[in-house]
Amino acid sequence: MSPDNYLYLAALLFTLGACGVLLRRNAIVVFMCIELMLNAANLALVAFSRMHGNLDGQILAFFVMVVAAAEVVVGLAIIVMLYRSRHSASVDDASLMKL
Amino acid sequence: MESLIGLLVAAPLLGALVLLTGGRRLDRAGHWLGTALAATSFVLAVVLFFDLLGRADGDRTLHQHLFSWVPVAGFQADIAFQLDQLSMTFVLLITGVGSLIHLYSVGYMEHDPRRRRFFGYLNLFLAAMLLLVLADNYLLLYAGWEGVGLASYLLIGFWQDRPRAATAAKKAFIVNRVGDIGLSIAIMLMFTTFGTFAFGPVLSSAAETGEGTLTAIGLMLLLAACGKSAQVPLQSWLGDAMEGPTPVSALIHAATMVTAGVYLVVRSGAIFNAAPDAQTVVIVVGAVTLVFGAIVGCAKDDIKKALAGSTMSQIGYMMLAAGLGPIGYAFAIMHLVTHGFFKAGLFLGAGSVMHGMNDEVDMRKYGGLRKYMPVTFITFGLAYLAIIGFPYLSGFFSKDEIIYAGFAKGGTQGWILGSVMLLGAALTAYYMTRIMLLTFFGEKRWQPDAHGHEPHPHESPATMTIPMIVLAIGSVGAGFAFNLNESFAHWLEPVTGLAHGDSPVGHGTVSLAATAVMVIGVGAAYLQYGRRPAPVVAPAGSFVTRAARRDLLQDDFNHAAFVTPGTYLTRGLVYVDHKLVDGVVNGLAAAFGGLSGRLRRVQNGYARSYAVSMFGGAAVLIAVTLLMRAV
Repeated sequence: MSPDNYLYLAALLFTLGACGVLLRRNAIVVFMCIELMLNAANLALVAFSRMHGNLDGQILAFFVMVVAAAEVVVGLAIIVMLYRSRHSASVDDASLMKL
Repeated sequence: MESLIGLLVAAPLLGALVLLTGGRRLDRAGHWLGTALAATSFVLAVVLFFDLLGRADGDRTLHQHLFSWVPVAGFQADIAFQLDQLSMTFVLLITGVGSLIHLYSVGYMEHDPRRRRFFGYLNLFLAAMLLLVLADNYLLLYAGWEGVGLASYLLIGFWQDRPRAATAAKKAFIVNRVGDIGLSIAIMLMFTTFGTFAFGPVLSSAAETGEGTLTAIGLMLLLAACGKSAQVPLQSWLGDAMEGPTPVSALIHAATMVTAGVYLVVRSGAIFNAAPDAQTVVIVVGAVTLVFGAIVGCAKDDIKKALAGSTMSQIGYMMLAAGLGPIGYAFAIMHLVTHGFFKAGLFLGAGSVMHGMNDEVDMRKYGGLRKYMPVTFITFGLAYLAIIGFPYLSGFFSKDEIIYAGFAKGGTQGWILGSVMLLGAALTAYYMTRIMLLTFFGEKRWQPDAHGHEPHPHESPATMTIPMIVLAIGSVGAGFAFNLNESFAHWLEPVTGLAHGDSPVGHGTVSLAATAVMVIGVGAAYLQYGRRPAPVVAPAGSFVTRAARRDLLQDDFNHAAFVTPGTYLTRGLVYVDHKLVDGVVNGLAAAFGGLSGRLRRVQNGYARSYAVSMFGGAAVLIAVTLLMRAV
């Protein structure tokens, strides 16, 4: 199977994730969509690694996973705190930081 | 001996510092401290004078280098003093008359609550004036020049609660500023031409310099001299300066500071000698002022303003003599010294009269005071005889020498100058006799003032009469002593040079003519004011009289020529500044303000809209990158 298909899949997943971030209001869903985008990028990296025949892309993918894990820890904590204080997980409700 | 020179300046400077910073605890003894320090300077000056006398003729220049003020490559500004015959003469005059007037002020300012401050200012003036005449370079002279200007400002406006005094002080300061610009330009020209501004190098190399440059320097120096010495066209401040206390008028605005311009011209003699055009302008200024001042003096009813006109006129004589070159320098200084005696004496006499008359200055409200103030009358009378040139009193010698020097200029010029000065002498005799008759002779004309207090004229205390007596002795004897074997001219000769010129008329003829015009002047005044009682209210007078009462329209002229156009100019500039400059700046600020107001709407607080702009921006960046690669 041609590696190009992996890239198409990655692009599809990335677009899905981006649409989710833009269109969904629930912070948990937005968060999951961000994860989806990150994993789409990982998929593309691994595919490139395969195409070029070296391990650079895979190493980068590991880095992304580690960073994503750290981000999940912080991000989920923020969302939980937000929910506790305002009883809502909608990102549009948290719009106080404006002029 | 050199080390004493600095002390001359230091003593009064110390007095000024102590008196002006010491506070009220010095109120009781401060005036005596100021007087003592002025007298200290005088004693030092006498010691130095005898030291100079003991030296050979060519060895009478002492230098004291205190320290280098600004030592930069090619620019050496030193705090250094030079004492030669010319400065010595001035130092003796300044400290001598200065000490006497300090003593006089002890009595005159007795009832003034701010007497300590007054003495502080007087000491400050002495220090600055001594610095002016002792400096060995033009820059230090400039420092003293500004110092006396400051002291003059402070003392004219001493009674600052009187609006007229405050205004007069400002007027004096501003008019002097015009002249000071001349001095600073002259110093800059000297520096670019000679590379230095020390007297020695500048004056010795003046003869080999281009005449154009020297004429420019000379005219700028003359502008400075006009400001300080109240010469036409910068004369307008002197009359108003009489708002200050009378001892100030005597010391600063008659005897010493106003003669600084003459000092400057004589000191810079080498420059003027090599620039005949500048000399001619000096002569013209002197001649115009001597007639101008005399005419003003004839019309004023305020005794101090009449004397101020006379001062202007007498300094005109000195300026004219200084413009004549080596035939006149020594006599300009000689007249300056004798004038210092008799004019200070006249002012102190006027102050004594005012002291006894509840500060009334209008001569038409005096009359017959000789019975009430005998000492004042006699001292004033002797000074009066000296100034009108009564034979064998000091004014006779010094003024005749100047008139003779005017004739000795030669040719038509000589005749014109001589005649103008003889006319001035007649006017001098006229206005002085008028003052004398209105003040001391005739019937008493004073009346109770608004509060019903009638003045009780009385003789002044001894602190005031002693200085007047000393000055009267000087007025009588100085001229004779100076003229003995031409001792004064020979004393100054190494500094100023001395030439006799060739006059078409002899010495005797000049003296005779001067005496004749003096008699005419006195006679005219006697006919007008001596034979019948003077009216208490001034008669309307002719056109000339009315103009002279308004100082020959000097203020109207200045107003029309400078003040009004200046006002319009500044108004126009303010308009342009408001509308154009401020308009551009404010418009720019408003534009940016409006723009930012619109831009900040983008920041709406919704995370998703920020995400849109992020994605959009990323998309644009990628698109641009790809496009660039494609191209």
